[in-house]
Amino acid sequence: MKERVLISTFNSPDYLLAAVREVRDRGIDGVEVYRPFALPELTGLLGMRPSRLPWFCLSLGLVGAGLKVWFEFWTTAVDWPVNVGGKPWNSLLAFVPVTFEVLVLFAAVSTILGFLLTRRLFPGKKTIEGIGSSADDQFILVLRPRPNEFDEGDLERLLQGHQAVSNWKEWEA
Amino acid sequence: MSNAPRVDPKLLSDSMSMGSVTAQICQGLDRPSSALWWGAFLAAATALGIGVAAVAYQLRVGIGTWGLNNTVGWAFDITNFVFWIGIGHAGTFISAILFLFRQRWRTSVGRSAEAVTIFAVICAALFPIIHLGRPWLTFWMFPYPNFRGPLWINFRSPLVWDVFAIATYFTISVLFWYLGLLPDFASIRERTRSRLRRKIYGLLSLGWTGSQQTWMRYETVYLLIAGLATALVISVHSIVSWDFAASIIPGWHSTVFPPYFVIGAIFSGMAMVLALTALARRMMHLEAFITVRHFDLMSKVLLFGSLVIGLTYVSEIFFALYSGDEFELFVYANRISGTTWGLYHAMIILNVGLPQLIWFRRIRASIPALFFIAVGISVGMWIERFVIVMGSLHRDYLPANWADYTPTWIELATLLGSFGLFFVLYLLFCRFLPVISISEVKQLVADIARREET
Repeated sequence: MKERVLISTFNSPDYLLAAVREVRDRGIDGVEVYRPFALPELTGLLGMRPSRLPWFCLSLGLVGAGLKVWFEFWTTAVDWPVNVGGKPWNSLLAFVPVTFEVLVLFAAVSTILGFLLTRRLFPGKKTIEGIGSSADDQFILVLRPRPNEFDEGDLERLLQGHQAVSNWKEWEA
Repeated sequence: MSNAPRVDPKLLSDSMSMGSVTAQICQGLDRPSSALWWGAFLAAATALGIGVAAVAYQLRVGIGTWGLNNTVGWAFDITNFVFWIGIGHAGTFISAILFLFRQRWRTSVGRSAEAVTIFAVICAALFPIIHLGRPWLTFWMFPYPNFRGPLWINFRSPLVWDVFAIATYFTISVLFWYLGLLPDFASIRERTRSRLRRKIYGLLSLGWTGSQQTWMRYETVYLLIAGLATALVISVHSIVSWDFAASIIPGWHSTVFPPYFVIGAIFSGMAMVLALTALARRMMHLEAFITVRHFDLMSKVLLFGSLVIGLTYVSEIFFALYSGDEFELFVYANRISGTTWGLYHAMIILNVGLPQLIWFRRIRASIPALFFIAVGISVGMWIERFVIVMGSLHRDYLPANWADYTPTWIELATLLGSFGLFFVLYLLFCRFLPVISISEVKQLVADIARREET
C-alpha cells in the first residue's frame, strides 16, 4: 500500500527542533526524523520510550558469565581433573579473570547484534530514496498524517515558517 | 537554547559548516595519495617485508635463532608483546574513558586512536603466536573438544587468562570502532561519485539512514560499549601484569603490578597516539580539526602519566627496601647499577625526566617539541618493559646460572617488522577511512554555533 508522506528538509538542527515541537503540539503522531548526528533533545520531543538494550546487555552478560563459570568448573573439576600445583579442583578465584572477560564479550557482542537486528541494519540494505542526504548535512522530517486528518496546505505553511523545503511523496507503507 | 552544551570553541580552528565537515575530512580519500604518504608507505612496507622474511626464517629453523638461554628464557618477544598491548590501551582510553567523562576533545583524535588500538593488538598478538614455534597450532590455546582426552586448557594459568583477555579486547575494539564508523560510512556513501566506492561504502554502512529510532538506540549502545570497554581495558593490562606478578620471581611478584602496568600502558599509548596524530594531521591536512589545543590536552595526560609512573618507580624501590628481602633488594640494586644500568637510567630520563618539559606552556604549544617528547616516551616505555623482563631474569637465585642476553638480528628484524605492519595498516587506514569521526565533529560544529548564539 502506498502512503502519502510530507518530506521536509532543514539546514539547521534548531529549526528542525522548533518544527518538531510545533508538529507534536498539533497532535501529529506519524513523525520521523533523519539526521547526520545525534540530537539528544529529540527523544523526549518525539515521546519515544528509552531503549531496552541495557537490560539485554546485562542479561546476556550474566548468561555468558554463568556459562563460563559452569564450563570452567566442568572442565577442571569434572571432565578431566588435572592437579596443578596442588590447587583445589574447583579454583573459583582463579576463574574470575576469564569469567569477567567472557561477561564483557557476551554483553558487548550481543548488544551490538541486538542493535543491528532491531534496527534491521545489514550489508546490502537499501536506503530510502530521497532521504539519504540526511547522512551528510541535512535534517529531514517525515510526516505521515492519516488521510484527511490535516489540511495539507496548512502543514506546508507551518513547515515553511521553520525554513524547511517540503515535498509530498508516495511511500511504500 | 536554554541549556547550551559546554564546549571549547578552540577545538576547531575556524568556523565551518556541517556540509564542509564531510568534504574536508574526506578530501584525503578522494585525492591521489601525496608523496609523503607514498614515502611513508614504502618505508613501512619494506620494514614489514624484512619482518616477514625474519619470521619465515625463524619458523623454518626454530626459535633457537633467538638469543635466549636457560636463564633468560623470556625476553624480547614478551617485551614487544607488552609494549604493543600498552600502545593499544590509549585508544580505548580516549574513545571509551574520555567519552564517559564527556571530554569533547576526544572527537578529533578518537577515531585514529581506536585504529591504533586495533593495529597495536594485532602486532602484540603476533609475538606470543610466533613464540609458540608452531603458530599453526594457535587454536590449541582455546578450549575446544579434542581427541587428546579431551584435555582442557588450564584455567588457573595467567597465560590462559591472557588469551581470553586479548581475544576479547580485540573483538570489542573492532566492534566499537566499526560502530563509530557506521554513520560516517553513510556520509561518505552519499557524497562519493565513484560507483564502485559508493557500493563498497554502502555495504559497509549497513543501510544507515540516521533515523531518530536508530540514533536513539545507537547512543544507548555506544554508551554501553564505552562502559564495558572501560572495565575491559583495565582488566586486560591487569591480566598482562599477572603473567609476571603471579610468578615468584623477585621484581615481578608484586601487588603494585596491575595499576603500574595499566597506567604505563595508557601513558605509552598516549605518547604513540600524540606522535601519530601529529603525522596524520600533517599528512592528511587536518589542521582545521586537530588544533594546538588537542596537543595541549593530550600532553597534559602525558604529564600526569609520567608523574604516576615516576611514583611507581619510587614505590617499587620502597617496597623492596621495606620488605627487607635479600633477593628483592638485589634485583633493584642490580637494575640501578648492574650490567644493564644504562637502560634503567635511560628509562628514568625518558619516562620521568623528559616529560617534565610539558610543564612549560611554550613546549605544549609546539607540536614538533611534543612529537619529540612523545617519541622519547615510546622508546622509554619499551625500555621499561625490557628492564622489567631482563632485570629480573638474567641474575638468577643461583649465581652459577647468571647469564646475559642480547637480541639476535632475527629478533630485531621481527620487531622492525611489527612496526612495519603497524604503519602499513595505519597508513592504509588514513587513506581509505575517515580519520576523524564526521558525525561527532558535526555535532561539535552545531554545539559551538549554538553556544555562540546564546
